[in-house]
Amino acid sequence: MTRIKLNVDGVRYDDDVEPRTLLVQHLRDRIGKVGTVVGCDTSNCGACTVLLDGVSVKSCSVLAVQADGKAVTTIEGLAEPGGALHPVQRAFHERHALQCGYCTPGMIMASVSLLADNPDPTDAEIREGLEGNLCRCTGYQNIVRAVHDAAAAMADGGGAAPPQVPAQAAPEQREVAV
Amino acid sequence: MIPVSFDYQRPSTVDEAVQALSAAGDDGKVLAGGQSLIPMLRLRLSAPSVLIDLGALADLRGIREDGDGLLIGAMTRHADVLANPLVRRYVPLLAQATATVADRQVRHLGTLGGSLAHADPAGDLPAVAVALDATMEIAGPDGQRTVPAGDFFVDYLTTALGPADVLLGVRFPSHEGWGTHYEKFQRMAQAWALVGVAATVRRENGTIAEARVALTNMGPVPVRARAVEDALTGAASTADAIAAAAGLAGEGTRPTSDLTASAEYRAHLATVLTGRAVSAAAGVG
Repeated sequence: MTRIKLNVDGVRYDDDVEPRTLLVQHLRDRIGKVGTVVGCDTSNCGACTVLLDGVSVKSCSVLAVQADGKAVTTIEGLAEPGGALHPVQRAFHERHALQCGYCTPGMIMASVSLLADNPDPTDAEIREGLEGNLCRCTGYQNIVRAVHDAAAAMADGGGAAPPQVPAQAAPEQREVAV
Repeated sequence: MIPVSFDYQRPSTVDEAVQALSAAGDDGKVLAGGQSLIPMLRLRLSAPSVLIDLGALADLRGIREDGDGLLIGAMTRHADVLANPLVRRYVPLLAQATATVADRQVRHLGTLGGSLAHADPAGDLPAVAVALDATMEIAGPDGQRTVPAGDFFVDYLTTALGPADVLLGVRFPSHEGWGTHYEKFQRMAQAWALVGVAATVRRENGTIAEARVALTNMGPVPVRARAVEDALTGAASTADAIAAAAGLAGEGTRPTSDLTASAEYRAHLATVLTGRAVSAAAGVG
């Protein structure tokens, strides 16, 4: 077992983990962040995408021990504490950028990371930027529209908060029993 | 699937890493960004008993000018390579090829050193290292040594790195002012290259004064297309001259046949893609 400290959606979690534990398993099975889903289980589909220190990663291809000392933002940490949706979440909702919805958590997290790097992407840049995320319903048209809408909303200052990078000062702490 | 159990170590110095690898013998494996290794661990294609994570070696992450070129730390992530203005200035070929590696998520964690040490024949960066005459800085039980890229790639997934060696960084000679292009052919967005061509040329008064061309996935290791380079050197920078040179791209290659492409098809692709890569690098057409 290896002791790791993670800040997940603004809350600090100290846990002992088996080194072979994948970050997605740790998030879902230990911490209860089941909003992050496992899709292909082979690092192709991107459904498990989360932000690690603010950048998108596939949490099925990261060991929990590699994330030690880092901040993780999942889809569950994106909305404001009062429940107001992040502009990307709102745009996906309004544009109906989903069919079955399974890829949506990963699509949204990947889009948040893309917009942080490129606040006004072209269609081609959105498609290229989301190449690591697969929608097997093939609902890509509305996903691209939603990312455009979110970019415009964030440019207008509509809740343009960058991806939540949790404050390091005095985080709420929760010890998880092993 | 989840990986087989292993011991996990995160050394804080290169010496500690080399010692840990020495102690582990043939059962140790280095973890860099993990974007190739972790999927292999999960499929249990690889099952080391000791995993030595270089993630805490901050000295191995960074890009700086070094003599006539750049020294890029082995643990520098693809995303950092892409964002770096020195890379775009001195080795734009590396930036172009890195932009085609996998997807954004993978590029946020995957490292230059990890890609090179993994030595997948379909990986994009080994051909760039070979084309640019990069050199590898390696630390091992007997001290530090330098290995040219041309000698580094030994066989399928096999490099000159010994079991207790750590790749520290890669030195790229400056190709400032050269035209460059990485041409990659893939079946779908995030797929590996069926064939890739790394090309860079120095033009002088309408001719190609120097050319460097290397091929991805045309054998177990990246292939330097010497026949193409020789034909281009001193040739007019024209579509005809480039097409004639590109026709030689199959020389010295050993492409494989698999589910996605036959060896014959790969040989054909190599000539077509070489023509495209060199034309783009030379600004022709």
